[in-house]
Amino acid sequence: MRKIPLLIAVFCASILYSFAQTPTTTDTAQYPEKKLKLDEVNFVSGYYHQDGDHSAVTGGIGTENLTDVANTIELNLSNINKRGNKHLFSFEIGVDTYTSASSDNIELPGQDSSINARISLTGPSHQDTRVYPSLSYSVENEKKGIIVGFGASYSHEYDYVSKGLNINFVKTSKDKNRELGVKLFAYLDEWTVIYPYELRPPNYGTGSSHDNLPVDIKPRNSLQATFTLSQVVSKRLQVVLLLDPAYQQGQLTTLYQRVYFNDNSERVEKLPDTRFKFPIAIRANYFLGDRIIVRSWYRFYHDDWGNTAHTVSLETSVKLNPFFSLTPFYRYSTQSGIYYFAPKSGHSIDETFYTSDYDLSNFNSRFIGIGIRLAPPKGIFAVKYWNSLELRYGHYIRSTDLVANQISLALKFK
Amino acid sequence: MLLIIPFGVMLSSCVTVKPYQKMYLNDAEMELALRKAEKYEQNFLLYREGSSGANGGKSGGGCGCN
Repeated sequence: MRKIPLLIAVFCASILYSFAQTPTTTDTAQYPEKKLKLDEVNFVSGYYHQDGDHSAVTGGIGTENLTDVANTIELNLSNINKRGNKHLFSFEIGVDTYTSASSDNIELPGQDSSINARISLTGPSHQDTRVYPSLSYSVENEKKGIIVGFGASYSHEYDYVSKGLNINFVKTSKDKNRELGVKLFAYLDEWTVIYPYELRPPNYGTGSSHDNLPVDIKPRNSLQATFTLSQVVSKRLQVVLLLDPAYQQGQLTTLYQRVYFNDNSERVEKLPDTRFKFPIAIRANYFLGDRIIVRSWYRFYHDDWGNTAHTVSLETSVKLNPFFSLTPFYRYSTQSGIYYFAPKSGHSIDETFYTSDYDLSNFNSRFIGIGIRLAPPKGIFAVKYWNSLELRYGHYIRSTDLVANQISLALKFK
Repeated sequence: MLLIIPFGVMLSSCVTVKPYQKMYLNDAEMELALRKAEKYEQNFLLYREGSSGANGGKSGGGCGCN
């Protein structure tokens, strides 16, 4: 066993050694300067619908019906300065609109004629819009094989605001067959606390814009580090190892989710205020023959709430011709669930933490679907700058009886 | 360990591929990053499952409570 840390140390040292480059004489050559230009525009649209019968808002029972329509536009610009450094700018804005039947039950469930239900229909989150712009900048020194960058993001929905910052560093080996990437993220979020109708403290607001009573705003902070090491193994195979630890602190409990105990009492969900997540994954892509690309991915996940998960995904792109491919895909995931989950009436009143959120329960899931990709050399429908079109449909089944469908469309203009 | 050791073995067995030999590797569908069209799939999977991360997306920030 003592040899394992030594093996890891030798492994890391060999990786670092492979990135080492002999110092060269200072290059004073002038490069042709290129003005800022628009390189690429991406549009992505998605439609998602789910239904199930284990809503966390109603304590693990009740409808999980939810529909989400999402659209994103991304602009990528670049220029090259006299030193030959490439400056990359990216701007993205996305808008999601969703309707959620379970959120409607934050107010009195099943009493649509009541004043409270009417408030909810126009209030907290029966229907909501999330807007999320982000910006990033990076500079690439191709000669040294280094990219350094930073970015910022913002996300706003009715009861939740997220502000994010990130920095990144990428080092490519001299032969361009190996790449090491480090990205650090920090999200500083604020959550407006909304309680279910019957568990709301006296003189506490509903969270509705029509209600003048005060509501609390609580922080939730997340730190994430992403480490990637990619490697070209052969002319047809490349792999990447991803390590993505994340630490969350603050309001991790969703305070409008009910829990029903085995003595028939009722409270709002309660979870620890810190969480450490440790996912590690490997992705391998292989070009088989002249027409088939196999994309595979496996992830191991563990967190300190006791959830352990294994996820595997396999995609096979079949090129019917060089510009048109069909991609059936399959993803399987299994998770143990957190320590603090129990179904309705499964919790005892003396427990410290409790939830009936089935997203955190023991289950397995399957996601199966197909994608098509068109990328003709003269452009889609002969539109010169319309580089590619990708359409994907997937059907998701979870062993807790949740079923969902997702359709996505991605358009690239270049 | 189960992922790092095979990855290390794979690294030790890899060959140097010259830029002009990267015809297959440079295919758009050989990219090691997620496809653009997978963006929203990752989004709903992040919300609907207790596990997240190590797939090129975020694993913190945002609500995901509906």
